[in-house]
Amino acid sequence: MIRAAAAMVKCLEAEGINCVFGYPGAAICPFYDELYSSDIHHVLVRHEANAGHAASGYARMTNRPAVCIATSGPGATNLLTAIATAYADSIPLICITGQVSTDQIGCDVFQEVDITGAAEPFVKYSYLVKDANDIPRIFKEAFYLAGTGRKGPVLIDVPQDVQNVQIDFEYPYDIKMRTYKPTYKGNPLQIQRICDAVNKAQRPLLCVGGGIFLSGAEREVAEFAKKACIPAVSTMMGLSIFPTDHPMYVGMIGMHGLRSANTAMNSCDTIIMIGARVGDRAVRSPSFLAEGKTVIHIDVDPAEIGKNIPVDIPLVGDCKVILSELCEMEYDNDHSDWIEQVFDIKNAVPENEETEGYINPKVFIRKLSDRLPDDTVCVADVGSNQIWTCNHYGFRKGARFLTTGGMGTMGYSLPCGIGAKMAAPEREVVVICGDGSFQMQLMELATIIQENISVKIIVMKNKRLGMVRELQTKCYDDRLIATDIGNYPDFVALANSYGIEADRVSTMAEAEEKIEKLASSKKAYLLECNVYKLESTL
Amino acid sequence: MKHTVSVLVENRAGVLARIAGLFARRGFNIDSLAVGETNDPTISRITIVADGDDHTAQQLEKQLNKLVDTIKVRTLSPDELLARELQLIKLNATPAQRSEILTICEVMGGKIVDMTPTSITIEISDSPEHLQRFRALIEGYGIKEIVRTGTIAIQKGVVTIR
Repeated sequence: MIRAAAAMVKCLEAEGINCVFGYPGAAICPFYDELYSSDIHHVLVRHEANAGHAASGYARMTNRPAVCIATSGPGATNLLTAIATAYADSIPLICITGQVSTDQIGCDVFQEVDITGAAEPFVKYSYLVKDANDIPRIFKEAFYLAGTGRKGPVLIDVPQDVQNVQIDFEYPYDIKMRTYKPTYKGNPLQIQRICDAVNKAQRPLLCVGGGIFLSGAEREVAEFAKKACIPAVSTMMGLSIFPTDHPMYVGMIGMHGLRSANTAMNSCDTIIMIGARVGDRAVRSPSFLAEGKTVIHIDVDPAEIGKNIPVDIPLVGDCKVILSELCEMEYDNDHSDWIEQVFDIKNAVPENEETEGYINPKVFIRKLSDRLPDDTVCVADVGSNQIWTCNHYGFRKGARFLTTGGMGTMGYSLPCGIGAKMAAPEREVVVICGDGSFQMQLMELATIIQENISVKIIVMKNKRLGMVRELQTKCYDDRLIATDIGNYPDFVALANSYGIEADRVSTMAEAEEKIEKLASSKKAYLLECNVYKLESTL
Repeated sequence: MKHTVSVLVENRAGVLARIAGLFARRGFNIDSLAVGETNDPTISRITIVADGDDHTAQQLEKQLNKLVDTIKVRTLSPDELLARELQLIKLNATPAQRSEILTICEVMGGKIVDMTPTSITIEISDSPEHLQRFRALIEGYGIKEIVRTGTIAIQKGVVTIR
């Protein structure tokens, strides 16, 4: 017999977890007490949402469920934004929360909140553990649910008294769930139909999304594009699947995407969406887009197919499995005229203009990506900084881009970068954020220094909530309100106060030298970049 | 258009909240809902009548299927289903009106379950359409109160959902 809290730790160990992110509190103390005697490394974040975001970064680099922990009540509610963010981007998380004792549930006692109820709309599944003997089964199921099919966050809420019950522990070998059976293999008839449609198509186009990463199909999708001679565009979540300069890759689509990519979307005659859910930022008018085209939609989640765009050939299954199956087929059309046409569309040449005393963030990000190693993990926050990064960071083979595409959660980048660096310590991790978003996560500088995590941070400081300011200018008659965040703090002094090396750059002339310092530093490093307040997103 | 959806789910705490929550957040309106244990006590059957176009109904079925607790979802077409609803109706009735009301009940399949000098309570179970006709017949006497269950439905013939 062991304490249920010890069983929880043993479950994590059995799942191969060696790093967790969390913030303790009274209701989760028995679990932490057992973590004390475990080899699992616990990263103490400075806000529970960041435990979730860090776990998200970790999960995305390992492609396995990652664990975040919070206490009951406010700890759990702070975690909600991270859970919703992970849900929107289908990131596998195991979220463990403490709960008040079973006999007190429903009495509105100190730090009590119905967290399974609150999180219900944006978890893949949730458990409120009432019987400690269920813990091994619940953990086994939770990891299985989070990491298979369409991945996502699973919440396990464990009352304090349940954590202290003595139970017989044996981690189950298999799962008995009669209801949950994701489809992986593609229907052979549909595979054949797709192959025929591609061969018949004059102007086929491949549109790849975040699902490619989630199923680990980066290699297969490139092989398919090459074999079937189909040019590819990407959603924001699909960025860095193809290197920016890949001969078959056009660019990012959507309201902030490239003209060439959007033109290709509009002028193709057959479109293959794979691991992309046709979100409104990527495709603004799906039914208009679908008109006169053969739409092929491949996704592991049947509910995504036909939800936003009318589909001619639906195919449910895992991207990697299906792409391998598609690669086995014969293709006899090289679509060379079309490929030529696609790559002939010119994008607006980004101006290299400089405003006196400021850097040009677009040119700066290009220079930054030129200097950093090929396999750098680049994390962008939300706002202008995100779009600058998407459109100007040059992803080379082996690079990885991380951002929150679905929820657009400000304050995601730094904790995500922390998680990514913990998962891939040998890789360079660069976090690009704005001065607005940075101030939603700056408490994590303490985590970085305490854990000695050498992430590189770029803060684009335009003293504005730039994207909203731009929206007010364009759509609200320039009536600017609540978007001026002022010229503070001094981010260099702030970083230094944590013991983190930092510098400031205000002209393009010194950009390369400053980037060199950042890139060659072996430790965490923050670079404050002064950006003109009216710098445009696009 | 009305859609009758039959859902088999795990008979566990919280499942109904999950199903109802899904309807709310996906913007589907529930007309009626009935839940009960099946012959297998680990399985509950939820019958939902909802309003919406075909695309909505299709989405609904997919989203219901996506819930981990869902075992099976079937949208029943109007011509293949037998639907029943139970109503308890408290009616104003003077002694002079009693025999008239009794005749209506006899013809329409209603059963008198309670009676006072000024009221009659009727129990009736039938298809929603039949209940509508019954109501039209008795409305004139003055309805004091109606309590109704959600519609339950089963397929005609030997086919089953399991």
